[in-house]
Amino acid sequence: MDRIPILKFGHFLLVTIQVDMYDRLALNLENDLVNAVSKHEARGVLIDISAVSIVDSFMGRIIGNIATMSRIMDAETVVVGMQPAVAITLVELGLPLAGVHTALNVEKGMALLQEKIGLNAHSDAARAEEDDDDQPE
Amino acid sequence: MTMISLNKETLKIGTEQDVILFRQRLKEYATKIGMSLLNQTKLITASSELVRNILVYAKKGEVLIEVVSDRLQTGIRVTFKDQGPGIADVQKALQDGYSTGKSLGLGLPGAKRLVNFFDIQSTPGHGTTVTIIRWKR
Repeated sequence: MDRIPILKFGHFLLVTIQVDMYDRLALNLENDLVNAVSKHEARGVLIDISAVSIVDSFMGRIIGNIATMSRIMDAETVVVGMQPAVAITLVELGLPLAGVHTALNVEKGMALLQEKIGLNAHSDAARAEEDDDDQPE
Repeated sequence: MTMISLNKETLKIGTEQDVILFRQRLKEYATKIGMSLLNQTKLITASSELVRNILVYAKKGEVLIEVVSDRLQTGIRVTFKDQGPGIADVQKALQDGYSTGKSLGLGLPGAKRLVNFFDIQSTPGHGTTVTIIRWKR
């Protein structure tokens, strides 16, 4: 099957890509992840690519798409574990993955997601307080 | 540049399964000659871009993997050949961000940046041949 499993973990969705990517697989992942964000009302998506040895412009674009689509649906995406050779190659290819959060490993990626969501919750609360202030006395 | 071809193999490209097999074979060749991991990653990423162009624009074609050597160095030469529609303006196609398809337009210029030698011959209506070389070091 051309599918990568998506695990639900609290408010987050976890994806570990253990095989080399090809276009069909990447497209299915994009579709499945966006649906899963909606279904589980996820606040964060963590994608572990430590076992991926090749990321070309197509797969890079899919990763960017996932981050953008998730953000529109109020979820943050963190890509973790990129191999150094893949990072160097991506930049030379001309695809620096701007707008995608990254972390060195799963642990740091989870911490980053928690921080992002914590901050959002805080700013929501702050906004609500400001709204209260606007109420006429 | 006088160059001798030491070992070679031709693979047909028509499906994504062929692409996966091609990338694996290419990795085997690169590993066998002792190419560094970074150069392997660059070579396979560039090849992934070029082989996608065959599938997207020409639907089918073939690739030739060769171990080549001049007097100074050893490397891998890959030739991508198709009888597809060809490219009307090769200079334009080599510019970042130019695409007649739906891609980011990084494929050709990105692939060129990742290899040591890059040559493209294209005749509209007759097809395209791209040749790349990545030296071992």
